[in-house]
Amino acid sequence: MAVVHTPHPDLPPPMISVGVVGWLRRNLFSTPLNSLFTLGSLYLLYLVVPPMVNWALLDADWAGTSREACSGEGACWVFVRLRFLHFMVGFYPESELWRPVVVFGLAGLLLLYLLLKKLPYKSYVAGFGILVFPFIAFFLFYGGLFGLPVVETHQWGGLMLTLILSTVGMLFAMPLGTLLALGRRSSMAIPRGLSVVFIELWRGVPLITVLFMSSVLLPLFMPEGVRLDKLLRALIGISLFQSAYMAEVIRSGLQSVPHGQYEAADALGLSYWKAMLLIILPQALKNVIPGIVNTFIALFKDTTLVLIIGLFDLLATVQASFTDSKWLGFSAEGYIFAGFVYWLFCFSMSRYSQYLEKKLHTGH
Amino acid sequence: MEGRGHSVCSAYALTVMERSENMMRWLNQGRNRALVFQVALMLGTMLFFFLIGANALSNLEQQGITSGFAFLSQKAGFGIIQTLIDYNESSTYGRTFLVGLLNTILVSALGIIGATVLGFIVGIARISSNWLIAKLAALYIEIFRNLPLLLQVFFWYFAVLRSLPLPRNSLHIGDWIFLNIRGVYMPRPLPDLGFTLLVIGFFTSLVAIGILFFWARKYQEKTGKELPVFPLSLAILVVPIMIIWCTTGGPLHWEYPSLQGLNFKGGMTVIPELAALLLALTVYTASFIAEIVRSGIQSVNHAQTEAARALGLAQRKILRLVVIPQAMRVVIPQMTSQYLNLIKNSSLAAAIGYPDLVAVFAGTSLNQTGQAIEIIAMTMAVYLTLNLTTSWLMNKYNARVLLQEL
Repeated sequence: MAVVHTPHPDLPPPMISVGVVGWLRRNLFSTPLNSLFTLGSLYLLYLVVPPMVNWALLDADWAGTSREACSGEGACWVFVRLRFLHFMVGFYPESELWRPVVVFGLAGLLLLYLLLKKLPYKSYVAGFGILVFPFIAFFLFYGGLFGLPVVETHQWGGLMLTLILSTVGMLFAMPLGTLLALGRRSSMAIPRGLSVVFIELWRGVPLITVLFMSSVLLPLFMPEGVRLDKLLRALIGISLFQSAYMAEVIRSGLQSVPHGQYEAADALGLSYWKAMLLIILPQALKNVIPGIVNTFIALFKDTTLVLIIGLFDLLATVQASFTDSKWLGFSAEGYIFAGFVYWLFCFSMSRYSQYLEKKLHTGH
Repeated sequence: MEGRGHSVCSAYALTVMERSENMMRWLNQGRNRALVFQVALMLGTMLFFFLIGANALSNLEQQGITSGFAFLSQKAGFGIIQTLIDYNESSTYGRTFLVGLLNTILVSALGIIGATVLGFIVGIARISSNWLIAKLAALYIEIFRNLPLLLQVFFWYFAVLRSLPLPRNSLHIGDWIFLNIRGVYMPRPLPDLGFTLLVIGFFTSLVAIGILFFWARKYQEKTGKELPVFPLSLAILVVPIMIIWCTTGGPLHWEYPSLQGLNFKGGMTVIPELAALLLALTVYTASFIAEIVRSGIQSVNHAQTEAARALGLAQRKILRLVVIPQAMRVVIPQMTSQYLNLIKNSSLAAAIGYPDLVAVFAGTSLNQTGQAIEIIAMTMAVYLTLNLTTSWLMNKYNARVLLQEL
């Protein structure tokens, strides 16, 4: 007679360790010290969050067209709403506003096309975006062709200028940085020495001194009669500065390409440039895309410094609007708005870079 | 005739072709091509510097500026709101340079200390087992890392510190610390005669603790027994100081700030420009350091912790002897670059008028003298030196904590 052993069914876990209660016990009140921390942070949140929500949302003034609309206790978003256009494009004439709108609309579409997965002709679109689009954008911004009235660069401003500074800086820094990175890894002494000096010099000094240099020294270095536009001078400074950082990022990419790839290219009889352009750089650049995005984020934040040499980017336009005697005392609202715009750009880019890092991390 | 001329021509063409072929062959050798390329690059660079140098000389001549460093001994004629050394309006530009440099070093050093402390706290909170604390730390990091530093400097300076009350309605902590639109006022320590004794005692204790550490390690290596180093060194530090303090009757007095008329007198003052810059630099850099600390701790293989636990080490010892030394290898190089960034970022002082090197030297002095090349070269040289020194020191430290592989 066989005895069949049937184990008693498992008891359910105690009430206290599952569900909401279990989660709370594990994550918030696991030890006495943790409980203390939890209660302390809750109290801190209670002190900070409700007044902030009241100030920014519940008690805030949204509607209205003048200073008088802001009488309440809360934030005065009317100030930001009325100046929104100014914060976006600076002193760009209102009648020509369609031009930046077209440029940024087109840029947005190009970017969307490149970021979406599995669309045809991506390389052509990218080539158009890098080689042709900047010229279209420049002629639309500046005008002077096909009967478009000229808009001088000192009228450019706001978020538009921030985006121009960072993308143009990036556009020039990529090829220059690649050359410098190749130079630093070259076996020839003179290109290597020059690259090392160039890279370490720019990386060792703050961007402010570079901007001071480009605004004060560049005119001195030009032949007589040559006058450089203020924006152009800032762009030169930013591009040189950025290319040094880019060079270091790309150098780390070059180092990550296995040595066998270099040897294989040599064995195929490829010349130096062919080996670099066809074999090494495509792999190196792919490896460091997240790093490139991160340097772009840093550049995007650093463009705010141009206000020191008298250019009006987003932060400078916001800062200048506080001096309007009709709207004194709304600096907090202005900074929060500018901060929100910068944060949105930087945060989304950093999330994209993290996503890329995960996606590119294949194997191993 | 025609035929002959033709043949001469063709013979000439042949030699030319031969020559150019020889030339090509010579160039086809990698070594020779590299030589030509390098010589061309060198000449090009020299030509470039020669051209801009010549342009600069003729431009300077036209503006009537004599180049050279003679201006450093001229009278500057402007005041500076914060000076760590004696300075007044009749001091020279050389003195101005020194004042600016010291102010830069002051804010950088304080910023590095503050950012390291705050960064470590936030970074450890980020990986805390407490869900709320971890999320709050993540929120802090994501907010402050993604905002331009200049915006943060402006926010603290214009929106926060500039909207503090006037001196007579100061915010205050007891009767010691006052906060108003003119800055932060704190008590200033006034050492009496016996204070020197205290300082001597303190340093003697430090030396004694050093010897204790050394001896305790030797003892442990020999016998395997551990000495209670921590309580012993605490006793060595505290007991002599307490004895000196009591016998000399408290050789330290405090000068408290007090409201006299419209402003505070006495005590120590932190000007709002310094406070805003320091706050922004600390908060911003700490958000990066926190991420570095987190990634450093998470980079230590979990098996290491398990092995340490299997050896029966206590939790505190696992951290101190196993996790932190290995995390440091990941943390130090990245931390170095954050420190360098902080030093460079301290130049944002110029935007709110904190008298650092860029503001008083590359700003005011340059505007007054017009010696652009000299002043910008000197400013850049200072930052380069500061950066290279810091990275050299950190590299030395890094070499010590690096994995010693055979």
